[in-house]
Amino acid sequence: MRIRFRYSKLGKIRFTSQRDVARMWERAIRRAHLPIAYTEGFSPRPQLSFGLALPTGAESLSEYLDMALDPMRVAEDGVDLDSLPAELTVLLPEGLDIEEAVEVERSKVSLQQMVTSCSWTMRVVGVSRDELAEQASLLLAADTVPIMRERKGREEMDDLRPSVLALAVADASDNLVIDPSGRTVGLVAELSTQPRGVRPTELMRGLIAVSGGSSARSIDGAPTEGASSRIPVLDRVCRTQQWIECDGLRQEPLLGRVVPAGADLAMHAMERAS
Amino acid sequence: MESLWPQIEPLLAQVTKPARYIGGELGAQMVEHRCDAVSWLLIYPDTYEVGLPNQGLQILYEILNERPDAVAERSYAPWVDMEAAMRAAGVPLFSVENHYDAGAFDVIAFNLSAELVYTNVLNLIDLAGVPVRAVDRTIDHPVVMAGGHCVFNPEPLADFIDCFVLGDGEEVVSEINEVLVAFRTAAGRAAGASASTSREDMLRALSRVPGVYVPSCYDVAYDDTTGRLAGITSKFADTPDRIEKRTITDLGEWPYPRQQLVPLIEVVHDRLNVELFRGCTRGCRFCQAGMITRPVRERPADQVRTMVSAGLERTGYDEVALTSLSSADYSGIEETVTGIIDDPSCSGQVSVSLPSLRVDAFTVGTAAQIQRVRRTGLTFAPEGGTWRMRQVINKLIREEDLYAAVDAAFSQGWKRVKLYFLIGLPTETDEDTLGIVALAKQCVAIGKRYHSSVAVTASVGGFVPKVQTPFQWFGQNTIEELTRKVYLLRDAARPVRGLTIRWHDPKATAAEGIVSRGDRRMGAVIEQVWRNGGMFQEWSEYFDLALWTDALEANGMTLEDAVYRHRTEDEVLPWDHISAGLHRDFLWQDWRDALAEHGLADCRWTPCYDCGACTGYGVEHVVASAVPPAGGSQGTGQDLSTGGQVPVRFLSTAPSSAAPVDGPADTAVALAGEGRS
Repeated sequence: MRIRFRYSKLGKIRFTSQRDVARMWERAIRRAHLPIAYTEGFSPRPQLSFGLALPTGAESLSEYLDMALDPMRVAEDGVDLDSLPAELTVLLPEGLDIEEAVEVERSKVSLQQMVTSCSWTMRVVGVSRDELAEQASLLLAADTVPIMRERKGREEMDDLRPSVLALAVADASDNLVIDPSGRTVGLVAELSTQPRGVRPTELMRGLIAVSGGSSARSIDGAPTEGASSRIPVLDRVCRTQQWIECDGLRQEPLLGRVVPAGADLAMHAMERAS
Repeated sequence: MESLWPQIEPLLAQVTKPARYIGGELGAQMVEHRCDAVSWLLIYPDTYEVGLPNQGLQILYEILNERPDAVAERSYAPWVDMEAAMRAAGVPLFSVENHYDAGAFDVIAFNLSAELVYTNVLNLIDLAGVPVRAVDRTIDHPVVMAGGHCVFNPEPLADFIDCFVLGDGEEVVSEINEVLVAFRTAAGRAAGASASTSREDMLRALSRVPGVYVPSCYDVAYDDTTGRLAGITSKFADTPDRIEKRTITDLGEWPYPRQQLVPLIEVVHDRLNVELFRGCTRGCRFCQAGMITRPVRERPADQVRTMVSAGLERTGYDEVALTSLSSADYSGIEETVTGIIDDPSCSGQVSVSLPSLRVDAFTVGTAAQIQRVRRTGLTFAPEGGTWRMRQVINKLIREEDLYAAVDAAFSQGWKRVKLYFLIGLPTETDEDTLGIVALAKQCVAIGKRYHSSVAVTASVGGFVPKVQTPFQWFGQNTIEELTRKVYLLRDAARPVRGLTIRWHDPKATAAEGIVSRGDRRMGAVIEQVWRNGGMFQEWSEYFDLALWTDALEANGMTLEDAVYRHRTEDEVLPWDHISAGLHRDFLWQDWRDALAEHGLADCRWTPCYDCGACTGYGVEHVVASAVPPAGGSQGTGQDLSTGGQVPVRFLSTAPSSAAPVDGPADTAVALAGEGRS
């Protein structure tokens, strides 16, 4: 039996890594005495499979986890999918909240391989709303957007453009981008994950590149000396959706949540202070 | 107090492992500060990953937070990138729970587990916005405290720490809190408990608490002609000339931590930890921990079981470590570990680890059983390469013991064995040093009988003589000598396939030696190293010996005198006014015995040597069994028929294993009646 969970990661806990979150889940599962299946062999591990890794520091409304249960033990003890999200959430650290748990078919392809793109909502500092809008349209209009990316410890040139599926300055009333300080601008994007996942930090480099700036260092929050005010720097990032293709349709990885390809980026009205 | 989180949050995008600074652990207490409660910031002066698991701080954290008149939060040393960001943004050191300014706490208290963190301590005091030197502080600054093993020579930090706390903290922390309520809380002052608002009066009051050493209440005299320390004496009639450590008599009364912290990120020792007993009486002469924590006090076995099962249930960990200085010596260790792994609620998925294994085949059998879930390597610590060397250091392991243990390990499926050794020990010859390779080589040969490929690692550390041990008079080996011995080992091991030698940097060993036995004048050296940027000196990427030697030279000192020199019997030692209960003449006699290559058996199961730890404090070893574990103390199969009264007190609820293996169950009761009371 395989269960797919959707959960959010919001607030201070966004500073933990994907591996940290995996360990939090393992401890919560043991505390809940869930009849989880273990891998065979000398060093048995619980059979958990996470969706696409979330960068440390990013929040998310749509993290996924597949969990295999031991059919023998399920038959004995039973599992109540309706109460499971609430039961597990109280055992997870603050900031991780399970939204849904659904039984899914066993698939040959891992969740990580199935995801084709992710939607992101970002808060950006260092540029005005107009400047950011201009940079976004420049990027969308460009044929290629070469940026330096790190791959296996080496910097190499890569074209960002094919990976940017959608990009727009966000509606200022979007709860996810509201910033009490008023110094940030909201940005929404859909970024492809195939063949390689593009991170929001790399999108920032692309915006700098198309507006004629150096992409050398903009992502560390420390603009280089003499940099213009046009360097966008990420303040806050939230993954709002992960998308998979199924029968030609773009949908979220839980059944019954089909969204037509190309639909507007759905915004979750949700405010969570850290 | 106001949370600094809004200022901290933007910094976290720029630093490595930002989760070090967010708190949020299971077990973290979001305490509310109150005007009638003393606020404590408990600090481990190293990174979060190293400091969080520290059980001592976690125990005090809970005891303080259970008190109605205290609140406690925690902090750790920010890594260099975070510290730079904090200083640039004007953010002071903060607590990880409420993110409060460290300088606004009533007490900032450090755990000192290693000497090379001393420069971090100075840095953290400074980062808290508190004057680094104690004399510059006013009543408005926090009281700066330190506890832990290193405070048994407090003098090198005496200029920076307001008060040191010696020994077990469980009881004394409350006594200190009661003194501080009067001076530090508005409620205490309003109640007229103390009319004084002077820092000096407050420190005087603290100096009257047994186990507390306030350096400013003592005069230090130096010999005019030699320049050597002449004596450290109390300035006041009501502060003791000699400060005795605190000892809790019954570990069973302190089942802490009850709510062990479970961090969000991976830390060292990332597992449930349950302390089996405190103290050790094997008497290894190089081992400071064994000397200063006497006597042995075991936790009742049923309490161990409860702490393990409740702890696993609460934390979700799948590993528990049964900690203590020599865990396999716990009475009924087998029953305890079997009980854990056979517990059906653990679904057979829990592994148990014993951080320290005895070197004997018997122990390996237990290890095989408890590591059946996940099996890594096995580690043994013969410490010395020859029997002669091991008699000098009183680590009475025969070659047969080691080979039997290693044979048992390889035959039961392990393929990796690690051996710990020390070099630079008193009287050590090249024959002793090379004995390390001979032993390790034989271990490889034993492994080859069972597996085509085995890995034996000999891990070699340079010996640093520690205070309050029989070796406190010994002149440490020079960097050159230790380096020569390392190369000797490396060259001898090179032709041996399957054997790897790892060693600790002899330069770091020298720096540790500088701080370990220094007097109060060493404070200037530590301060200069810190001012010149020497932080995280226990991290090899930041360690720099030149910082230390330059600071020594600038202060008119030398490695030769501070580290390499043998101390003499009549010399005043900087820690003579600090007592771990051990008589100076016992330590001196043990030093002479060492030089005479004369070993001493474990006093738990033999007549008393009168070291002073029990008799001085009116306490006794608290064990469940008067019979040494199978294999004998130190794994030597020592003659157990030494007779005489065994100075132990028995646990009221002995584990089922308490029945001596060779006698009727009531022998223990009979012996208890004869025990010293």
